Amino acid sequence: MIDEMYQEMILDYYRHPRNHGALPHPDIISHDVNTSCGDEIMMHVLVKDNRIGNIRFTGKGCAISQAASSMLTEYALGKSLDEVTKFNKQDVLNLINIPISCMRLKCALLGLKVLKLGVYNYLGKKLEVEDAED
Amino acid sequence: MAAVSILDPGKVRADFPLFARGLVYLDTAATAQKPKVVLDAIKSFYEKSNANVHRGVYSLAEEATQLYEGARKKIAAFIGAHPREIVFVRNATEAINIVAQSWGSRNIAANDTILLTEMEHHSNIVPWQMIAKKTGAKISYLPITELGRLDNNYISHALKQKPKIFAFTHISNVLGTVNDAKEMIAEAHKNGVPVLLDASQSVPHMPVNVKDLDCDFMVFSGHKMFGPSGIGVLYAKRELLDSMEPMLGGGDMIKEVTFEGATWNEVPWKFEAGTPNISGAIGLGAAIDYLQSLGMENIWNHEVELAKYALAQLKKDDVVTIYGPDERAGIISFNLGDMHAHDVSTVLDQYKICARSGHHCCQPLMQRLDTPACARISFGPYNTKEDVDAFLAALQKAKKVFRL
Repeated sequence: MIDEMYQEMILDYYRHPRNHGALPHPDIISHDVNTSCGDEIMMHVLVKDNRIGNIRFTGKGCAISQAASSMLTEYALGKSLDEVTKFNKQDVLNLINIPISCMRLKCALLGLKVLKLGVYNYLGKKLEVEDAED
Repeated sequence: MAAVSILDPGKVRADFPLFARGLVYLDTAATAQKPKVVLDAIKSFYEKSNANVHRGVYSLAEEATQLYEGARKKIAAFIGAHPREIVFVRNATEAINIVAQSWGSRNIAANDTILLTEMEHHSNIVPWQMIAKKTGAKISYLPITELGRLDNNYISHALKQKPKIFAFTHISNVLGTVNDAKEMIAEAHKNGVPVLLDASQSVPHMPVNVKDLDCDFMVFSGHKMFGPSGIGVLYAKRELLDSMEPMLGGGDMIKEVTFEGATWNEVPWKFEAGTPNISGAIGLGAAIDYLQSLGMENIWNHEVELAKYALAQLKKDDVVTIYGPDERAGIISFNLGDMHAHDVSTVLDQYKICARSGHHCCQPLMQRLDTPACARISFGPYNTKEDVDAFLAALQKAKKVFRL
């Protein structure tokens, strides 16, 4: 189970995160912390033609939270904002493609929560925090 | 001839039903497991003696009151206090909030200083920040050295500035550092500064006597010392308790109530509004009996030995970063290479080892240590050398998983 969870791809994304860093003058800045463990993700997005034109993230936290966020930025790039609002838990689970315990699900979904809250906010829509992780 | 009993952790273990699950529990600093005697005491109260306290005159109510007040006496004797100086609260956090609000609002004013240290738990920071915000007081934090200790020169310098109160932890829940509370309190008193001692990590593990320490306030939680959760203790010198206004109003804390107002009950009941956690207090009383049957000196020596053993092994591994001094209580926080503490803890869990990871409710200290989180093992009298070995073996597996 443990070897499956921390497979090469997760460790690779953890140690060499794609889309890591900040963007100058981003249209969306979104940040959140997982209060129970202190994991932290910040996302910067440039919006172009109502799509994710560019996206970067920074953060602190476990391999799962950082790798999942990095994969999510790759997945989101080029998608329409409308599509991003419909991202859900299963999308992230498909991306990371590892067995994950309930306790660690929150880690995996932190990036999703940050991205969705940021996009909703940009669109002037309100999103309940509980729904951001679904 | 006085028999010197040596603690047998194998025997101690047998007193704790939870260990039937066959796991290695290394998180006693977060909460201790419960021995059967404590569980039995709580069950027995509900099955045989349950009634509200301080109210009915029938014999069942009298019995419940005696059990509740009997627990208070046990706790008082355990830490060398008078029963009237023992206030039952939910936990150490609540106790600090009472002192900050009740004592603080009368004694702390704008531009006064509240002196804390960099190694405090959130529970000994946030209540002070709240009262500081309300009053306009400032908070000053004593820095820790590279080894995770407090520096005597800083302590005496800070105390000469006459802070209104000095609140510090007896033992750091992250670093395992044992502060020289007696000397620090004496130094504070020389400067006329009262002291609140957070004894959450010391009272469960070593002999602690408030008269010997001469602290003005001391707080601790029952659940860290084999008692149930939801019961804790605020100790304060009698004259301080007498001078403080209650934080909560309601039943049991009053002497007389009219439609116009009320007068307060005597201490400690003035601070115990509403029906208290009766079974919790009784459970804590049973926990103290249990601790005393093991012997506080024995518990301390056993846990310090385990920490020494674990530390020596961990130090051999240069992938391991250890926080805190060599001489310490049974608490070791560490990191493993670039592995996040949650990942360490997740791997350990696969080998049935319960170890905490995260910021340990010490985010400012984590900042000071320049790490977002760390993993922590902490010991109780039920832990064995074999537990440490199992932990060390699992740590090797964790390194393998992360190719360290």
